[in-house]
Amino acid sequence: MSFLTFAWDWLKSPQQWQGPDGIPSRVLQHLAYSGLSLLIATLIAVPLGLLIGHYGRGGFAVVNVTNIWRAIPTLGLLILVVVLLGLGVLAWLIPLVALAIPPILVNTYEGVAGVDPELKDAARGMGMTSWQVLWKVEVPVAVPLIMLGLRTGAIFVVATATIAAEIGVGGLGRYIIDGLASNNYGEVAGGAAVIVVLALLIQLVFTGLRRLVVPTGLRLQARSSR
Amino acid sequence: MLRIRLAGDADMQWSWIPQNWSIIWPYTLDNLLLGLVPPLIGLVIALPVGIACVARRWLYPPVLSLSSAIYALPSLALFVVLIAYTGLGNLTVIIPLTLFSLCVLIPNVVDGLRSVSEPVRQAATAMGFTQVRRLVQVELPLAVPVVIAGLRVAVVSSISLASLGQLIGVSSLGYFFIDGLQRDFPTEIYVGLALTILLAVLCDVILVVSRALLTPWARGRRIGPSPRLAWPVAGR
Repeated sequence: MSFLTFAWDWLKSPQQWQGPDGIPSRVLQHLAYSGLSLLIATLIAVPLGLLIGHYGRGGFAVVNVTNIWRAIPTLGLLILVVVLLGLGVLAWLIPLVALAIPPILVNTYEGVAGVDPELKDAARGMGMTSWQVLWKVEVPVAVPLIMLGLRTGAIFVVATATIAAEIGVGGLGRYIIDGLASNNYGEVAGGAAVIVVLALLIQLVFTGLRRLVVPTGLRLQARSSR
Repeated sequence: MLRIRLAGDADMQWSWIPQNWSIIWPYTLDNLLLGLVPPLIGLVIALPVGIACVARRWLYPPVLSLSSAIYALPSLALFVVLIAYTGLGNLTVIIPLTLFSLCVLIPNVVDGLRSVSEPVRQAATAMGFTQVRRLVQVELPLAVPVVIAGLRVAVVSSISLASLGQLIGVSSLGYFFIDGLQRDFPTEIYVGLALTILLAVLCDVILVVSRALLTPWARGRRIGPSPRLAWPVAGR
């Protein structure tokens, strides 16, 4: 039997769709963990990335720290925090936020630092203050990259929230971890199918969001340079 | 809920390392293998695909969309999907990691080839190079820095993702995380984390050195774009 048969058999049973262990409540849990972590990470990483990119100091450190970050195994970090702090909100929040910060930070930084210097000179020549240059020139030009960073952060967080089931947190990863533990491949397959669909939907949402917030000027420019 | 460990309880117990060397070594090697094989297979596939995408422009947008969709999938979900077909062996981890490597490598191969300037290409043609010879002797060598930048991302991510294989029983440094969790023993987790990061940094350094050796003309000059974007579509 293939993956799809297993997944379908599990998904079509009505009992998967109700109660605290049902798919709807697990999806909501998963979105809550991911959403909260992404929100906190964004509130930290975007302002920091804007400042570092604007003042041009510490950029080297940002790029290097984030490169090392990629090497950190998410499972190890999750387990380390739970073993040191015990199971609680912090046990999943700290690793999820920590893992979502680097992609947002580095993309925000690169977006701002990569703004054409002549563009900034022109803005300053028009009499803009340093803050106006940041808000009216650098941020709009950097928006595509910032959005890419948010999307990468979201992908990261959704994937890590799946793994967080191993430390006893809820969410969709439960189906995979519990199913593996009880040798129930139907549950594993069904859970994986739901996660795959959710991940693709989130990807779509962020692609759509990017279309919405990218300034028209940049879009026209991208089209004409193609 | 918050538990503060007593000092000492959370400390590293150094004596654990020599006592357990005989299990640390094989798990490290397995992890290294799982981290290196996928990017290498990925490179073998990404080169022809990237070359094709440069030659046939219409091919690139759909390939890019497909790879960014694959990239969004959590690796654990892909592992368990594959269990139905490849069982609980190494392949179940190697295939998804290869797919992720492709997502990073294909754009870098394409960018690398596109970064070769038109005058250089025309000079090669004027010297009588055939298209194939121009590709092999001029364009690919000039693309090496960008390709290696992608390879660095793929290798480091694969080494760190390989530990997730342990969740389905594929041996890697993830063993020390799960065993450390079950035994509530931080030392084991520190060792697993440190070795994973060490492996990743080591491979990264080797790639940086090999780039310098492969592109002697670039020595002393900062060449090419900075590694495409530190997080083109990176890790999970």
